[in-house]
Amino acid sequence: MEQAAKKSIVSLKDIFVRFDGEVILNHINLDIHEKEFLTILGPSGCGKTTTLRIIGGFVEPESGDVIFDGKRINGTPPNKRNVNTVFQRYSLFPHLNVYDNVAFGLKLKKLPKNEIKEKVTKMLATVDLKGYEKRNIAKLSGGQQQRVAIARALVCDPDIILLDEPLGALDLKLRKCMQLELKEIQQKTEKTFIYVTHDQEEALTMSDRVVVMNNGVIEQIGTPEDIYNEPVNAFVADFIGEANILNGTMIDDCRISILGKELECVDKGFGKNTPVDVVIRPEDIEITAPKDGQLVGTVEKLTFKGVHYEISVRCGKCEILIHSTKSAEIGSVIGMRIIPFNIQIMNKLLPFYDNVIETCVTYANEEENYFEFELEGETVKVDGKYFPQDTKVKITLPPEALSLAGDGIGHLKDLYIESVVYKGEHNEIILESDDRKWLMLSDTDEQVATYVPLAFDFSKAKFEVIDTLKEG
Amino acid sequence: MKSRKPSIPYIIWMVVFTMIPIVMIAFTAFTDKDGNFSLEPFTKAFFYTDVFTKSLWIAFISTVICLLLAYPLAYFITKMKKSTQNTVIMLLMIPMWMNFLLRIYAWVTILQQNGPLDKALSILGIHGTYYGNSSAVILGMVYEFLPFMVLPIYTVMSKIDSSLIEAAQDLGSNNFAVFKKVIFPLSIPGVISGITLVFVPSASTFLVAQYLGGTDDIMIGDIIDKIFWTDQNTGSAISLILMVFIFVFLIIMNFFGDEEAIA
Repeated sequence: MEQAAKKSIVSLKDIFVRFDGEVILNHINLDIHEKEFLTILGPSGCGKTTTLRIIGGFVEPESGDVIFDGKRINGTPPNKRNVNTVFQRYSLFPHLNVYDNVAFGLKLKKLPKNEIKEKVTKMLATVDLKGYEKRNIAKLSGGQQQRVAIARALVCDPDIILLDEPLGALDLKLRKCMQLELKEIQQKTEKTFIYVTHDQEEALTMSDRVVVMNNGVIEQIGTPEDIYNEPVNAFVADFIGEANILNGTMIDDCRISILGKELECVDKGFGKNTPVDVVIRPEDIEITAPKDGQLVGTVEKLTFKGVHYEISVRCGKCEILIHSTKSAEIGSVIGMRIIPFNIQIMNKLLPFYDNVIETCVTYANEEENYFEFELEGETVKVDGKYFPQDTKVKITLPPEALSLAGDGIGHLKDLYIESVVYKGEHNEIILESDDRKWLMLSDTDEQVATYVPLAFDFSKAKFEVIDTLKEG
Repeated sequence: MKSRKPSIPYIIWMVVFTMIPIVMIAFTAFTDKDGNFSLEPFTKAFFYTDVFTKSLWIAFISTVICLLLAYPLAYFITKMKKSTQNTVIMLLMIPMWMNFLLRIYAWVTILQQNGPLDKALSILGIHGTYYGNSSAVILGMVYEFLPFMVLPIYTVMSKIDSSLIEAAQDLGSNNFAVFKKVIFPLSIPGVISGITLVFVPSASTFLVAQYLGGTDDIMIGDIIDKIFWTDQNTGSAISLILMVFIFVFLIIMNFFGDEEAIA
């Protein structure tokens, strides 16, 4: 699908959406090309459905432009847009039969009866529902309802079809089948399909291009191959397929240090001694004899997956996942080799590792040895440390010093979990509070796009006085 | 086979309080005072044909007015915020917690000479008593039964999936087309329930006409009420005829609506 000049059919420019004070889409820009199958992929709560609803006309952005065929269409109601939607739960009209459901849009266009009949019959044949005209919607299976919904949208001959997780309610086998069918229908009808899903495999299977979203922003746009092979950051790498994501240091151009070893890679321009995230796909690791390996580890787990073995190898403190057609014995020491091209280097999601708070002491008690400071409107008490009131201090909290408050209260309430990435040893969790982001380590899996309370362990913190305001 | 034991108390209830009374009414309707078979009660019942027709007519008019008032009301309630919806429904229900007779008396007070309505209209130089006629009876009935029309329609409408409305818009419907092609057809079961819930009791109601109506405005319910003291046979015959009418009405309604609309 690589064409020289691709014409944009819809462009979203600097779209900003907020519901009840919560930012849903944070200034996103997206160009959708004519006749392409574009998938918007992301975890639930990332803003993908809202993006679709903006194109459909069901949501108005607070700011930003929706450009359709060169014209700004903000404020145009859904019925005046040449766009049709296949809804998440199909939303077929229960009081109409299959024929009347499909004919719904055409009847509104006031086409002559015989033309409607011809088009509906043809469309029902396209989606393999010939002879189902008189059937009651409630009597159809999930897959059949799905196809009626697709036919109902397609028959109106829109420029764009929007599909909001249309396969979510189907079982796995039917879903796989429908994925191929949808792709086929798209190619046959030459329509622009914009497809929303949280299923990465679905996205890779069907799309010409994939848009990966998280927390109201677009992380990456690219072909399925690009997204898989060259993820721009740890979030994308983790979300698409299986990946070993490790902390590394870019020593110099083409030299990377991971797990205490220096390896050759192909990436340049990260600077010297820069902390980076490194992605190695499990199938890109070759098992060798220990002496030939760039990395050496002990086999901990072995699972047969049909086509390959899934091997979990302990390498120092880290766990590395390998997909290999070769088996390995549990407990044995193996070597691992990765060709430079398969080591993918990415900038860290956050520009910092330790969480730094620069603040001013609001209250202090020397006798009882504690002080207090204000953090996003909350008073935080630090025991076992004393600074005089009004001292400016810099508190450095390493990720280990942060934890989710088990008592449900914590120091800060309602932090948004932006991403959870397994780094071989711990999960690295990025949290967002009102004013800033936080990095935390955790051994448990947390659900992204949920809200949690955060507690600080100040015994693991470093304190530094920046300035004393108090005179004398 | 499923055990039938749990249904036994209900079967006994039905037999004792539904089947036996109906058989007794039917038996009384076809006998004379001495207990011999006779069609006399029915011949006597035909004296009341006018009252009968008028009752059905008043019930019909009341039902139509209820429907005309309730349908838009129910529609607008579903458009409100959820919390407001609950408040409005609550307000509709509150009068029903008051005794039925008290509510009718309240209307008598409002409509009587020198009552609030009379006083208000006297500003325009109009004087009079506003009860003692068919319109007052219909007003009383509408007041009495309006909630029974609003609630089923509201319930059905509020259950219409908002994504169906979006789907209709998506396929090119403007607001009017959304209403005509989606909301209205899907609200029909509520309308059918509402009509049933209003027409059946208003056809057989009594006391409303006695208090609010004039001398001509006696309804069949009142006739049955009165006649039973002196002539149980004719009373039974009239009841039986009314039952048959209502039964036929329900069958017709059933034909229009879904099975679920009429419980």
